Amino acid sequence: MAEAVAFYGLTAVALGASLVVALSRNMVHAAVSLIPVLLSVAGYYVLLGAEFVAAIQILIYAGAITVLILFVILLTEGATGVRVRPRNEQVSLGALVCLFLAALLVAVLTRTPWPQTQGALPEYNPGAVGQSFLTAYVLPFEVTSLLIVACLVGAIVVARREA
Amino acid sequence: MIGLGHYLVSGALLFAVGLFAVLTRRSAVAILMGIELMLNAANINFVAFTKFVSPELVRGHIAALVVIALAACEAAVGLALVISAYRHLETVQVDEINLMKW
Amino acid sequence: MMAEAIRVVLSVVIVFTFVAVGVALFLVLMERKVSAWVQARIGPRHVGPYGTLQTLADLLKLLQKEHILPAGADRLMFGVAPVVVAVAALMSYVVLPWGPGVIVRDLGVGVLYFAAVLSLEVVGILTAGWASNNKYALLGGLRSAAQMVSYELPLGFSILTVAAIAGTLSTVRIVEAQPYPWYTYPSVLLAGLVFLVAATAESNRIPFDLPEAESELVAGYFSEYSPLRFALFQLGEYGSLFATSALFVTLFLGGWRGPFGIPFVGPVVDGLFWFLLKTYAVVFFFMWVRWTYPRFRIDQLLNVSWKLLLPLSLANLLLAGLLVAWSG
Repeated sequence: MAEAVAFYGLTAVALGASLVVALSRNMVHAAVSLIPVLLSVAGYYVLLGAEFVAAIQILIYAGAITVLILFVILLTEGATGVRVRPRNEQVSLGALVCLFLAALLVAVLTRTPWPQTQGALPEYNPGAVGQSFLTAYVLPFEVTSLLIVACLVGAIVVARREA
Repeated sequence: MIGLGHYLVSGALLFAVGLFAVLTRRSAVAILMGIELMLNAANINFVAFTKFVSPELVRGHIAALVVIALAACEAAVGLALVISAYRHLETVQVDEINLMKW
Repeated sequence: MMAEAIRVVLSVVIVFTFVAVGVALFLVLMERKVSAWVQARIGPRHVGPYGTLQTLADLLKLLQKEHILPAGADRLMFGVAPVVVAVAALMSYVVLPWGPGVIVRDLGVGVLYFAAVLSLEVVGILTAGWASNNKYALLGGLRSAAQMVSYELPLGFSILTVAAIAGTLSTVRIVEAQPYPWYTYPSVLLAGLVFLVAATAESNRIPFDLPEAESELVAGYFSEYSPLRFALFQLGEYGSLFATSALFVTLFLGGWRGPFGIPFVGPVVDGLFWFLLKTYAVVFFFMWVRWTYPRFRIDQLLNVSWKLLLPLSLANLLLAGLLVAWSG
């Protein structure tokens, strides 16, 4: 019962805030309402027993990526207060496509008989994730690390002021 | 009570809203925020499937963590490009960046 | 299930009361007394015995001041920002172990949750700086956000070093895993020093308080805030100072463990006593440093983080990992 209340509450917050992100004219409002979306997704992870992924989601998504987005908005056009059109000319077509896609996804996802099991998640999440990363999934781990370094260097070079 | 279907449906709805943001917003940063929404929706699917389909091997958690790392990288590079574009072209509205259109 | 929920809610109420009285009110007074001691004077002593009711008097004065909203400021963001900072600081109290078995909730990913929640404060500061519609506030907010984001990394790495040596992310188990000669692991000593420096920067205290320096930026990102919201900011700032000191005590100084294993009253009361004593000692150390050193320039500040602390803490983590793997 409590789980249902939590789930529906989180869904309401997530969908409401994501609508603000998609529709708001004020860029800073859109960026700040990304945070409730990310925090309620972290809440979903906690409900699903994935505490490690939830903590990482808050640390990286809500704590770092949102700050990055806010910085870029404050350094470019978003904060000047000049009124610009927020949406382009394909709003109606885009809305139609998204509604159709949502209907299709919901129909397919609820009608497929998924092979659900009754197993239990490992008690100490970070241990199991760490073991997997260092034994079975070493390659994705190392490739992701390499990719992070490449993106770090690339972002610094691209955003640097030409002296 | 709250089964796999509930999480999948809410992930699908979040994905649709993110797609709407990507398709209809004019500001490049807003498009990036829509992409983040879509990536989060995919992550919800990954983690929900881990709990209901294969909990002992936490494969969905691994995938979700890799997606979070990739989203951080892509946001960093994308925002660096936005800053650089703003410096040269004075705008971040994507329909005004049309130097290479015929 | 229900009993656990009631216990958690009750302990949250107790912790919040303690934070409101023993942290926010007491630390402001402590700061003034410590600064007075450093500067060879006495400090507040008229209101209440030894000035203990001074902060309460200040709070009552602040509460009856006028609420000002600057022209052109964004009302929603202006109101939300101090709440975000205060709530993020308060949320980190959930994983602090006050004594053996005395903790609001022993999360499996305790220290990671702590670092994650502290990183939410940056958003509140940025929003405050922007929503004030004031150049100095915006500049202070951007500088503070850049500083806090830069210093989160060495802080996180030093926490991770201790977690790697202890083999767990839970705060309770880290306290229990500390053998007496904790500092014979050289990585722990270095991690502790890095943690102290990074925590000073995270709390925006001198020598890293350029974002709120009076001589530079009026009051930084909270220049435009009228007293009630200013009090919320101060709650957030002193709250996170106490929480970070408590984390330092948990990770490096043995948490609630007393020095000789001699029981005085009982395990829980003893644990509480030693924990509070050690935490207030670390807070005193932070205040002592604040009133002794001048402040860094913004480029020196960022250089120290990226070019000194980050490589140092990374190498330290590597060393710790090697030591743990080698000693089996």
